[in-house]
Amino acid sequence: MSQPFRLNKEGLINRNKKISFTFNGKKLFGYEGDTIASALIANGIHLVGRSFKYHRPRGFFGAGVEEPNAKLQVEFNGHSEPNVNATEMELVEGLSATSQNCWPSVNFDIGAINNFLKMFFPAGFYYKTFMWPKSFWYKIYEPFIRKAAGLGVASIEKDKERYEHKFEYCDLLVTGSGPSGLASAYAAAKNGAKVILAEDKPRFGGTLLTDDVSIDNLSGKDWAEKIISELKSMPNVTVKNRSQVFGYYDHNMLVMFERVSDHLEKKSKFTPRQRLWYIRAKETILSTGSIERPIVFGNNDTPGIFLSAAAKEYMKVYGVLVGKKPLIFTNNDSAYETALEFKKNNVEPIILDTREEHSSELIDEAKSRGIDIRFSHGVIVANGYKKVKSAKIGKLNKDKNSFEKIETVDCDCICVSGFWTPSVHLASQSGNKLKYEEKIDAFIPDKKKQHETSVGAANGSFTLEESLKNGFENGSNLSAKITDTKAEIAIPNVNEKKYGAHDKFWCMPLPKNENPKRFVDFQNDVSVSDIEIALREGYRSIEHVKRYTTLGMATDQGRTSNLNGLQLVSNIENKIVPEVGHTTFRPPFTPITIGTIVGREVGMEYMPTRKTPMHEWHEKNNAVFVDAGAWKRPRYYKLGSETLFEASKREAKNVRENVGICDVTTLGKIDIKGPDAAEFLNRVYTNAWMKLPVGKARYGLMLREDGIVMDDGTTTRISENHYHMTTTTAQAANVLSHLEYYLQIVWPELNVNVVSTTEQWAGAAIAGPKSRDMLSKLYPDLDVSNEALPFMGYKEAEFFGVPSRIFRISFSGELAYEINVKSDHGMFMWEKMMEVGKDFGNQPYGTEALSTLRIEMGHVAGPELDGRTIPSDVSLNGLVSKKKDFIGKNSLGREAFNVESRQKIVGLIPIDRKSSIPEGSHIVQDQNAKLPNPKLGHVSSSCWSVENNNPFSLAIMKDGKNMIGKKFFAVSPLKNKSIEVEVISSHYVDPEGKRVRS
Amino acid sequence: MLYIKCPYCGLRAQKEFSYGGDATVKRPNINEEVSSEDWDNFVYMRKSPRGKHIELWQHIAGCRQWIKVQRDTATHEIFQTAKVTEEIR
Ligand SMILES: [Zn+2]
Repeated sequence: MSQPFRLNKEGLINRNKKISFTFNGKKLFGYEGDTIASALIANGIHLVGRSFKYHRPRGFFGAGVEEPNAKLQVEFNGHSEPNVNATEMELVEGLSATSQNCWPSVNFDIGAINNFLKMFFPAGFYYKTFMWPKSFWYKIYEPFIRKAAGLGVASIEKDKERYEHKFEYCDLLVTGSGPSGLASAYAAAKNGAKVILAEDKPRFGGTLLTDDVSIDNLSGKDWAEKIISELKSMPNVTVKNRSQVFGYYDHNMLVMFERVSDHLEKKSKFTPRQRLWYIRAKETILSTGSIERPIVFGNNDTPGIFLSAAAKEYMKVYGVLVGKKPLIFTNNDSAYETALEFKKNNVEPIILDTREEHSSELIDEAKSRGIDIRFSHGVIVANGYKKVKSAKIGKLNKDKNSFEKIETVDCDCICVSGFWTPSVHLASQSGNKLKYEEKIDAFIPDKKKQHETSVGAANGSFTLEESLKNGFENGSNLSAKITDTKAEIAIPNVNEKKYGAHDKFWCMPLPKNENPKRFVDFQNDVSVSDIEIALREGYRSIEHVKRYTTLGMATDQGRTSNLNGLQLVSNIENKIVPEVGHTTFRPPFTPITIGTIVGREVGMEYMPTRKTPMHEWHEKNNAVFVDAGAWKRPRYYKLGSETLFEASKREAKNVRENVGICDVTTLGKIDIKGPDAAEFLNRVYTNAWMKLPVGKARYGLMLREDGIVMDDGTTTRISENHYHMTTTTAQAANVLSHLEYYLQIVWPELNVNVVSTTEQWAGAAIAGPKSRDMLSKLYPDLDVSNEALPFMGYKEAEFFGVPSRIFRISFSGELAYEINVKSDHGMFMWEKMMEVGKDFGNQPYGTEALSTLRIEMGHVAGPELDGRTIPSDVSLNGLVSKKKDFIGKNSLGREAFNVESRQKIVGLIPIDRKSSIPEGSHIVQDQNAKLPNPKLGHVSSSCWSVENNNPFSLAIMKDGKNMIGKKFFAVSPLKNKSIEVEVISSHYVDPEGKRVRS
Repeated sequence: MLYIKCPYCGLRAQKEFSYGGDATVKRPNINEEVSSEDWDNFVYMRKSPRGKHIELWQHIAGCRQWIKVQRDTATHEIFQTAKVTEEIR
C-alpha cells in the first residue's frame, strides 16, 4: 500500500517502523514519529470533522497546538478519549480515530443543513431564539442544542490509567526549546543553575527543525541536537519533551502537563499515562515562540487550506505533502520558505503576495528558482466542498478594497500566512499587562509582573540572531543572580535569510454580490459577518463581543483567530487595536485530561484512611463501617442476615440490659500541660475548672466567641499540671487549632502547652449495668466500687501487664467506663475484653447503637451542636458559669439569645408509636397549611428507643420549653412523610441520671 | 498557589497553611468589662480591604504556629511575614 502524499526521503520519522491504525473504520498505516494528522495527510485524507455550528466539512489547518479543527475521538490503550488534537497525538500501534460532531458520518452529515440555513444562525442566534417560552428551554431547546452541537463523547468507563503529580523546584524554568529557549537553558546551565527545560512537542528545537538556517556551520536541527545532548548530560538540568507548561499561577508557580506514555505501545506496570508537574521556579524564561495567523478570505475553512508554516513542517518533519498543486497566499516573506520547500520537492507552487512588487532576499531566491509569483494578489474564495479544488483569486487595487482582475486557478491546497502572533498566554497569565507592538501588529509582554522573562518570538523578535542573543543573555543574567557564577559563552555565528517588511493586511474584500462565509474563528464557526452583527447590535467591549459571538472561546482559545478578530473590531469601530484591547488569557493553555488534574487522589487514595488499632478485629467480626471524617468506625456488627436496624437495636438493647464495648479511639484527645493549665481551661470552657481535683474528670462545654456551642467533651486532671482533654471525633482538629490560637496569640502569657494525642491512645468504652462486674474481672487487683471509683472518677492501673487509664465517664447514659491504653496495646485490650466479657453477656456495639443510646438519654451531639445553637438551646445552660469570664461569654447576653420564645431542644414521639420520624423533618402546626407553611423547628436526631420500644427523636423547636405535651406534624417532603407527633422532654430515659452514678 | 515564608520553617506551599483572618483584631481582655459595641466590633466587624492586609495563617501541616502575613488581597503579593509576637509595619 503506497502513501500518495509521502515524500521519499524527507522528514524525521522512522521509516523502518510502520504503524497501523484506523480512521473511521478504515485501516491505514503511518510511521513511528507521525502524528495522526501527518499519517492521514500522507494517505491523502483531509476531511476529518465537521464544524461546531454549521457542520461544515473541516480538515487540518495547523501542525501542532494551534490546530482549531482536527479534534478526534481516539481509542487507544483500552480507553476512548474525545477532542484529541490530531496534530499533536502521536501515532501508536492499534490506535483507532473517529470523527466527531457528525451524524451519521463525516462524509454525509445531516447537521450540514445548518450550513444552508446559515442566514438563520447569525451571532447570538441561540440567545435570541431559545429565549421564549421559558418552559421550552429544558424540554425542547436544550436537548436539541446538546445533540446538535458539542464535540466528542466522554467515556463512561472507569479510567484504568495511572496519573501522577510531581512537585519540583528550580532556579530557571524554560518553556519551549526553540532557539531562544535552548540558548537560555544552556547559558543558565553553564552558570550552575538548576534548570528545567520543557518542550511541548516530541522533538526539541522548535523552528530550528524547519527553518533553513545554520548556526556555527551546523544546520539548525543539528545545533539543537548538540545543545540538547549537552544539557541532558548535565546533572543540574532536567530536559522534558511532550511537556506543556499550561498555567502560570501566583508566586511563580507554573504547572506542566507531561504526556509520559501516550506514545508508547507498551509500558511497564507503574508508568503513569500522564503527569502533572507543579514547578516553583525562581525565574522563568517564556520561550513559547509564535503562531502564524491566517489571512481571512471566502470559504477559508475548506479542507486543504493550511497555515503556511504547518505545510512546511509537514514536509520537513514528517515528509508529507499537504498537496501537489499549492497556492501560497501571503502578506509576508516567511511563506516563501514554504514555497521554496515545495519547489525543492519538485512541486510547483504559485505565490499570491498581497504586497506590491518589490524585492527581498527570499523573493529574489523564489524568482531565481522560477516560482510563479503574483504580487498584489490574494485568494477571494476557495472552491470545493470537502476539499479545495480551485480558488478564485484577484488582483487588488491600490487601496486593497476592490479588484482589478479576477480569475480562477486550479489548486489542491492553499497555504496561507498573515504574519506571526507571539504566544503571550503564559506572560498574560502571570499578570503581565501586554502592550501592542505596532511593528508586528500583535501584543507582546510589557513590564514584568512576576519573575517572567519573555524571549525570542514570544517577545516579538522574529530573527534567529536576535532570538539566540536574547536567549543567551537572559539565561545567563537571570541565573547569575541566583548562582553567583557567570560562565563565558560565545554567542554563535548565525546564517539566516533576511525577511522584508510584512503587509498590514489581514482580510480579503469580497467582490460585489458575492457573500461566502469568511471565518475568523474556525472552532466556534465565527465569521466576519457575525462580528459585524455583534457590533451593529451595540456590543462594544471586546469581552462582550467575545461572549456574544463565541470568538476565541473554544478549546484552542482563539490561537489563530484572536488578532484577526481584534483587527476586524478595530476597523469597524475605527479604533486602533490597543484601544480595543485584548481578552483575558486563562489557564490551561491547552486542554488537559481530568485524570491528570486528579492524579493519584482516586479511590482508596482519595483521602487518607484512619484506622483504629482494633480495626482488623472489627473487620473479622463482620463490622459494617461508616466514615467519620477520615476514620473508619464500625457502624454495627452484622450477625447472620441482620439489617442495620435489627443489629443496632440488638446492640443497644444489650448495653441497656447487660454490657457492651465500643471502640472510641477516634475521639479527639489533647494533652494539656503547664502551671497555667487550669486557668486556661477555665477560660476555654463555660463551666468552672479551677477546683477540679487530681484524679477527677469533668464534662466541659466550649463556645465560639459569638456564643455558639463549638464542642463538648470531658477533661480529666491527670496530675497537678497535666490534663487530658477529649473532643468529638469531628471537631478534634478544629479544637486543637482553637486552643493554639488562644495560647499563641491571645494569651501568650499563659504557660501552657497543648498537643494532640489522638493517635497515641486506643480507647474502649464499657457500658451497661454489668460493666462494673466486668471491670472488676479486667482489674482483679483494683477496687472498682462506686466509692473507690465514683462517677467522673479516674484511675491509672495495669491492664494485664500494660499501663492503662480508667475514666468513669458515660455517653450512653448507663453505668460506664472508658479504658485507654497505648495504641500498640489496643488490640490486646480489645481481645482481652471480648474474652473476659463472655461471662457478662458482653457484645461489641457500633456507632448506630451508640447514637440510639445517647439520643434516648437526651445527650446532645453533632446534629444538635450544629453551629447554630447556644448552651440554653440544648439545655446545657447549667454548665454556663455566671461568675467567671470565658470565650464567648459576652455574646450570650445578645437580645436574640434571650427572647422568651428562643428555640430549645425537645423530645418527639409519634402518636402512633410506630412511625419513625425522618431526621431533618420540619415541625409544623398544620400539615395541610398553604405554603410557605411556617416552620416551628426541625428534627435533629432520630432513633428507635430500645428502652420504650418505639421511635423517639430529638428536635430543636421554637419556644421549645412551652411546647411539652402539644401535638404537631413532622413533615419530610424529601421522604414524602408526615407524622403526627407529641412533644415530650428530651430526656426520654432515666431523666434523673441515676444509672451513671449507680 | 501562594508561597508563604513561615518564620519558623521557611518557604512553604499554601496547602500547608490554613487561613485565620485579620491579624490586627485584638480580643478584649478577659475578666474586663467591655461595652456591647466593642464586643460586637470584635466578633463581627471586619474590614475587607483591597490591597495590603495583615492576616493570620496557621502552619497547620508544619510547625503548627500561627503567623502574621502581610498580603495584597488583589494581587496576592506577600510583602512580609512574621511571628505573631512580632510587629508588621
Ligand atoms: Zn512553620
